[in-house]
Amino acid sequence: MVAELGNFALILALLAALYQAVFPLMGGIKGDASLMATARSGAVAQVLLIVFSFICLTQLHAVSDFSVLNVAENSHTAKPFVYKLTGVWGNHEGSMLLWVLILAAFGGAVAFTRITPLSAITLSVQGMVAAAFLAFILFTSNPFARLLPAPADGRDLNPLLQDPGLIIHPPFLYLGYVGFSVTFAYAVAGLIRGNIDVDWARAVRPFALAAWVFLTIGIALGSWWAYYELGWGGFWAWDPVENASFMPWLAGTAFLHSVRVVEKRGALKVWTVLLAILAFSLSLVGTFLVRSGILTSVHAFAVDPERGVFILAILGAAIGGSLTLFALRASKLQSEAGFQPVSREGALVVNNVLLVTATATVFIGTFYPLFVDVVSGERLSVGAPYFNAVFGPLSILLLFAMAPGAMLAWKKGRLDTAMRQALPAAGAAALIFVIALWLTWPKHVGAAFAAGLAIWAAGGALLDMAGRIKLFGGPFKNSMSRLHGLPRPYIGMTLAHLALGIVVIGVLGAGVWRTETVRLMAIDDVIAVGGFEAQLVRVEERDGPNYVAETAIFDIIKNGKRLRELSAERRFYPVRGMQTTEAGIWTTMRGDFYLTLGERTSTAGWAVRAFYNPFVLWLWIGAGLLALGGVIAALPEPTRRGVPEQERAKERAKEALTGEAV
Amino acid sequence: MNRIFLFLPLILFVMVAVYFGAGLRNDPSRIPSVLIDRPLPEFSLPAIDGHDNALSTDVVTGKVAMINIFASWCIPCAIEHPVLVKIREEEVIILAGINWKEKPGDGAAWLQRMGDPYDYIGDDADGRVAIDFGVTGAPETFIVDHKGAIRYKQIGPITEQIWLEDLKPIVKQLQSEAR
Repeated sequence: MVAELGNFALILALLAALYQAVFPLMGGIKGDASLMATARSGAVAQVLLIVFSFICLTQLHAVSDFSVLNVAENSHTAKPFVYKLTGVWGNHEGSMLLWVLILAAFGGAVAFTRITPLSAITLSVQGMVAAAFLAFILFTSNPFARLLPAPADGRDLNPLLQDPGLIIHPPFLYLGYVGFSVTFAYAVAGLIRGNIDVDWARAVRPFALAAWVFLTIGIALGSWWAYYELGWGGFWAWDPVENASFMPWLAGTAFLHSVRVVEKRGALKVWTVLLAILAFSLSLVGTFLVRSGILTSVHAFAVDPERGVFILAILGAAIGGSLTLFALRASKLQSEAGFQPVSREGALVVNNVLLVTATATVFIGTFYPLFVDVVSGERLSVGAPYFNAVFGPLSILLLFAMAPGAMLAWKKGRLDTAMRQALPAAGAAALIFVIALWLTWPKHVGAAFAAGLAIWAAGGALLDMAGRIKLFGGPFKNSMSRLHGLPRPYIGMTLAHLALGIVVIGVLGAGVWRTETVRLMAIDDVIAVGGFEAQLVRVEERDGPNYVAETAIFDIIKNGKRLRELSAERRFYPVRGMQTTEAGIWTTMRGDFYLTLGERTSTAGWAVRAFYNPFVLWLWIGAGLLALGGVIAALPEPTRRGVPEQERAKERAKEALTGEAV
Repeated sequence: MNRIFLFLPLILFVMVAVYFGAGLRNDPSRIPSVLIDRPLPEFSLPAIDGHDNALSTDVVTGKVAMINIFASWCIPCAIEHPVLVKIREEEVIILAGINWKEKPGDGAAWLQRMGDPYDYIGDDADGRVAIDFGVTGAPETFIVDHKGAIRYKQIGPITEQIWLEDLKPIVKQLQSEAR
């Protein structure tokens, strides 16, 4: 009964999406306010229906109703309850339902901004996208399909996916992917209306930032999960599905930079619209990658050519359609102002070119095996060496340009002033370069250089802000009030550039400077890495809810002094016959001590792998600050000086309640 | 002139979409190897650290065997591995592994962690033998009949479904041929 209700709600949601696709568009083009108002009712109806449907599927998973195919294939009575709930989206059908749920939620958010011709047409485009994906779910991957007769027990969720990291990682990625649908819809609406202006940029920027923040968090969580769950000591493998989340992030980052030029100067419109389309197109390609099975990947849990054809059709319609519109209409978008090559705008163009080139290199690396396969029938794989070789130099250029770029003035800047201002950052960068070189000599010269550049980029951003708030030229209190008066996007940018510098240090630590060793260990044996030693104290067996585990307890020793205990675990999930490792990780600011437990060999003991990964924590902290920078950049500007923040917040809340929206 | 550039993204996308479409029609389990029905290449590889049973053409000759190319750095291999362990437990078949382009010790450590299903393992550190096999990536698996001829090549990881639907019937047929 619950399954049928959920199914029925989905069908109604499809009708609501079609309604939302048609009438607001007519209203937006004619300028008919009552037709435009249908956008809001359509979006709200859609959101409520999909939420209902999602609750139905959650209930089916919660009570382990194995007469529903999706539950039987992905759940098990012995599975911990929290994973029964997260199992809702740990499979293809459920994750697609989550996808449209988030799409509808974003639609609902747009529907509660003021309804203008622009937002009405935007919502219509959102309706089209939603209709396509609802049809995809209903026709090729219905989560409510029945399985009769019902089996006695389910097949259990892939144990790699039974992990806290996986509870929140896909929803965040989807929030990012799907968030770019709003940017995309605004771009298409702008092209239909033949008008991209300051209002357009102001309307779209908060949504683009929201999508970008979610995607940043999603990627960071995914790489954190890979780091501690897969037990190979790495955080990023350039796997096709990782790349699929990274490409929209790069394109989205480029968009965030160029949309600021549209907002401030009315230039770079054509380019900005193209980036908006690109960011969402790459999100769709990401979905396509995972679902169609055209590329082999860790994450490919649904390989089905029929679904692939359907998604390819959606892709063709959405990307092909929007790019056709772009080709025909983009010439209508006129720049309102020119700029000198050496200026903030010019720097942002450099940023865009580098980021788009980076996106292209990741794209080519990811799809090269497919291209070769289609042309010659050869099968090959492109590995990390390619990506590191092409992505490294691009990142170095990007980091180098970041410091002066953030310092140049709009319209016409002076490179010599900017460089003089950045001189202390150059000094700090050189110092870090020398220190890193000294510590790791004679290896990793490139990494030491990159570390210096990370300091340069972060330092440049901080120095520019320090200059603007006259940090060293007056009382601290005045500086703070100046800081409060700075544009929010500027504060966000400074924080994000600082965060990127921190992330780069983390990447270098975990990717380049790490050390590892493997040995067979009996009780009381010692393994040494990175200046620490780990002594195997004992190995215990224990039973988990749906697995059995072997836990090894180690003492961590430095200079003969016992610092702490650390345990590493190997789990066996009998239903799927799979093993997972739970690494023992001791995290400090300086680095992670990371232990994984292997299988017991007959006599010699257990195979133990130990890593010392410097600065890994910086990765996660940097990613968090990056997201925080995005949040700050989306905050409203402090309009009236002297009015305390709290009162303005109250006013805003009042406005929101009465519906007199911004 | 400027307007022509505006069509460029569309043209690029159409080209990529054609590849995607063609990629979908590709049957991932088709057999592109020129080695099919040819005799196994002559080779002899040392065993990896901590293992005794080295792999050469001689040890598998006269038996129906699966030869699996794997490496610890290969993520799809980690997905495939539990299936191989299960096959080894449940079926009567010789399973041989070629540990491809691996640093000394890495393959052995990986097997200790993941379980070792192989009857014989050859250490192909420089990838020479893999070239003779026409290997393009890991994992790949060859099925050899009792006359020493390659009869099937599986590209990409063996999942439970691929094993049951594609490989197992071939193995069963070859084993009955051998009898």
